[in-house]
Amino acid sequence: MYDIKALYEAESVQHACALLLAHPEAKVLAGGSDVLIQIREGKLAGATLVSIYGLDELRGVAMEADGTIRIGALTSFSHITRSSVIQEHIAVLGEAVDMVGGPQIRNIGTIGGNTCNGVTSADSGSTLVAYDAVVELTGAEGVRRVPIRDFYIKAGKVDLRPGEIETAILIPKECYEGYKGHYIKYAMRNAMDIATCGCSANVKLSGDKKTILSARLAYGVAGPVPMRAPSAEAAANGRPVCAETVDAFAKAALQDVNPRTSWRATKEFRLHLVEELARRALAEAVRKSGGEL
Amino acid sequence: MNGTVGKSEKRVDAFDKVTGRARYTDDLCDRNALVAKVLHSTIANGVVKAIDTSAAEKIQGVVKIVTCFDVPEYKFPTAGHPWSTDPHHQDVADRLLLTRRVRFYGDDVAAVVAENEIAAAEALRAIQVEYEEFPFVLDAEEAMKPGAPQLHEEYPNNILAHTSIYKGDYDAAIKEPGLIRVEGWYDTPTVQHCHIENHICFAEMEGGRIVITSSTQIPHIVRRIVGQALGIPWGSVRVIKPYIGGGFGNKQDALYEPLCAYLTTQVGGRRVKLDVSREETFVSNRVRHAIRTHIISYVRPDGTFAARKMECFSNQGAYASHGHGIAAKGMGAFPQLYPCDNVQCDAYTVFTNKPVSGAMRGYGIPQAMFAGESHIEDVARALHMDSLAFRRKNMMPVGYVDGFSKNENYSDSLNQCIEKGMEYIGYERKQAEYAKESGPVRHGVGMAIFWYNTAVWPISLESSSCRMVLNQDGSVQLQMGETEIGQGADTAFAQMAAETLGIPFQDVHVISTQDTDITPFGLGAYASRQTYIGGFSIKQTALMMKERILKYAYELTRMPPFELDIVDGNIIRKNDARVLMSLGALATEALYSLSHSEHITAESTYQIKSNAYSFGCSFAEVEVDIPLCKVKLINIVNVHDCGRLINPALAEAQVHGGMSMAIGYGLSEQLLFDEKTGRPLNNNLLDYKLSTMMDHPDIAARFVENYEPTSAFGTKALGEPPACPGAPAIRNAILAATGVAVDRIPITPHVLFARFKEEGLL
Repeated sequence: MYDIKALYEAESVQHACALLLAHPEAKVLAGGSDVLIQIREGKLAGATLVSIYGLDELRGVAMEADGTIRIGALTSFSHITRSSVIQEHIAVLGEAVDMVGGPQIRNIGTIGGNTCNGVTSADSGSTLVAYDAVVELTGAEGVRRVPIRDFYIKAGKVDLRPGEIETAILIPKECYEGYKGHYIKYAMRNAMDIATCGCSANVKLSGDKKTILSARLAYGVAGPVPMRAPSAEAAANGRPVCAETVDAFAKAALQDVNPRTSWRATKEFRLHLVEELARRALAEAVRKSGGEL
Repeated sequence: MNGTVGKSEKRVDAFDKVTGRARYTDDLCDRNALVAKVLHSTIANGVVKAIDTSAAEKIQGVVKIVTCFDVPEYKFPTAGHPWSTDPHHQDVADRLLLTRRVRFYGDDVAAVVAENEIAAAEALRAIQVEYEEFPFVLDAEEAMKPGAPQLHEEYPNNILAHTSIYKGDYDAAIKEPGLIRVEGWYDTPTVQHCHIENHICFAEMEGGRIVITSSTQIPHIVRRIVGQALGIPWGSVRVIKPYIGGGFGNKQDALYEPLCAYLTTQVGGRRVKLDVSREETFVSNRVRHAIRTHIISYVRPDGTFAARKMECFSNQGAYASHGHGIAAKGMGAFPQLYPCDNVQCDAYTVFTNKPVSGAMRGYGIPQAMFAGESHIEDVARALHMDSLAFRRKNMMPVGYVDGFSKNENYSDSLNQCIEKGMEYIGYERKQAEYAKESGPVRHGVGMAIFWYNTAVWPISLESSSCRMVLNQDGSVQLQMGETEIGQGADTAFAQMAAETLGIPFQDVHVISTQDTDITPFGLGAYASRQTYIGGFSIKQTALMMKERILKYAYELTRMPPFELDIVDGNIIRKNDARVLMSLGALATEALYSLSHSEHITAESTYQIKSNAYSFGCSFAEVEVDIPLCKVKLINIVNVHDCGRLINPALAEAQVHGGMSMAIGYGLSEQLLFDEKTGRPLNNNLLDYKLSTMMDHPDIAARFVENYEPTSAFGTKALGEPPACPGAPAIRNAILAATGVAVDRIPITPHVLFARFKEEGLL
């Protein structure tokens, strides 16, 4: 039994925006895998909810005319994993979201919910940040597009304005074309867990596979929100594909992160993981790109 | 004999359970029952100065609020032990329904009864509690120090109990020249049972009595405890136990049945349901005792023990519950598993401001085996001896008799189990192969043996009662006080009854539900006792029943009863095996006969004054990724000698479940507390790392079947033993792989990171 004060079912995106403006205290309900838990825990007891779960127009993965990959905000993790567009062009995202919770959560949880929570451990977060994804937000006054790096403001806080909902995640062609990525979820269990550290790396190699033209690296749980590691990227960009480059990349990542000690893990251990996971993620991304180390 | 014992019969409850027809406590509670919720303390130690319920009482749907200032002052024990009529052997009575003196974060200070869950939860948030806080202590050894916060006035230095086993002359023996001294400290964590169904009960009044339906392992014991807690005659309490979703010892305690019983009396006898959340289950039910063990061994270069010393500190938490029984059982194993002439053992059970420790699968033996079998590995390494050879040289020999329990080691179980385990895992081959590895990812095999004994005699009463009733068609109802808690007891009981009576397995109808008004007295499910203990009363009662049937058969067949038998549901003449009539025909005649009508039944109690060793081992194979500080369990096998297998498929399932528990115990599970407040940090199934299917390799169970001569059906303990040897086997495999000994479980990446740094691997 859930302590819900009122539940409004949106019939369209515009209706959802109007409901949210009429009920500024309301929470948006998508898959419910986070909101319902918080209601049960008492944190959101007595909540007013605006459900967008019935808005099928927000579901699905599509390739737009200019090559942009469009992922509707309500697309479930399991649909993303099974999407042929994702598998062909940005397989790492499908692999990453296939590590969320367990099968039931992956069937109900949505990428929109995963990003709008503003949680650093979100399994989609680091890969989206690493691919320079763009968040599409729709409000009463129209559509805004925000780079995901700017969308994350601080832990639990994203750039959503009153009356706005996230309608899609967009990945422009230049952000994925030629890149192969690898995501490592480091957790205490092999299922039903949140990441102690999530690490997503991707690379574009030269035609002869000898040079790293571009390397991108992002982390979850290395800071309050998913974050890029620019020093690591700088240490690899334009460098030859070799173990030394990978090692320099991994070591440089330490300059970009500032994890903290909590009961879940010490700072020292997290830093150890930041370096080790960067090394392994880049090596694997290089391998997937046809490079040899 | 129709041979049902020893066959993998389908569980008698299988179809009801997989189709969802089987009804559990919540299924039996109607939707208009009132809902009770408990308010737990938010300090670890102190007293409640005042409670303001005025805002909570105004919430719509709230029916009644009771606080620690309202409840009766009858102190009661909670442990699911048989009552002792000797006051010196009674469990410690230190609980009240609700308490003003708060002793851990999560103690029970008030309860709300409301029309629905939401009103009850809202009321809990609206209750204001004023506390006076005291300093608190979470660690057992810290709690024993002078000046430590004191939990119970009656127990100075927080020591609930200290017992010892001294044998020979340790101090003189260690002076022998040439001895090698090996010392270690071994830590085990606070873990929780994590049964699927949380504890739930509902209570109502009927005819002036209180009727409680509860998810418990011990209905008859709960009746007694509810009587004690409410200060009412025990016969005015009726406890019903339907199917339950696991217990593992947590439900071998009276949990919230006394409070729920009290609450129904406060709302005019209306039905009140108390459904415990997972978060509460971790904190406000029972947990496994965290035990720190210190072992010193003096060994001769030839690999024999000169003297051994062991002391252990068992963290009891805030209330006595099962208390010292756990540490004492673990200590008892120490001098028996590796007999030595000079031994000193001391076990301390110590109160701390942590959740209450009670019974949990293994009852002190998983802790003792982690310490003992880790230490044995360390000793063998110090001697540069193969640890298996060292074990085989020193472990309990055949013919060993324990002076106290009179248990005798009748068979060479340990060696036979070890051989099977070695063969399954390819021990010697892999040991040699893996010894060559030196890279970042290494492999290892390790093992541990274990000691266990069946049931609780002679420490406590062991008795079992059984009732059988013959139906018109020759089928039989079977009732036992021993409970089905998911382990398959009902099926094993049906097999034993069918075998002894000579009727088909499917003709035994087990009445799974225990109802203390109807079911014969019995003690319930614990101590891996049921198949062993229940077997005696089943056999005795079935033989009585059979005698009555054959006596009646004489009237119908004119053949002497001693020349008759029952085979496959028919009365036969033994001399020529002729079928004289079916049991069904006899039963119908017996009930409806106009000349001699008789309802054929049998009921008896059997008191058991024996006990049986149940031994075995575990072999584990691991892959350790040193830079990632991660252990991957590749392979694990348990080998058990639990005597004759009543139902091999169920026995295997029992072992799988226990091994899964051991994997979590060794690698991931641990309840954590905030050092600043005593607050539990991870009392939910996300943050408490119960291992999942994805963390398990295929787990294997193997058996050695030596018929147990003291047993009615040749069987003995298998409920708890599977949980005992896994953690030290994994620890020893990690040691073999990396050369790093880890003396605390769970062996998480955090622990390995620290140890690998210390040892220079990182």
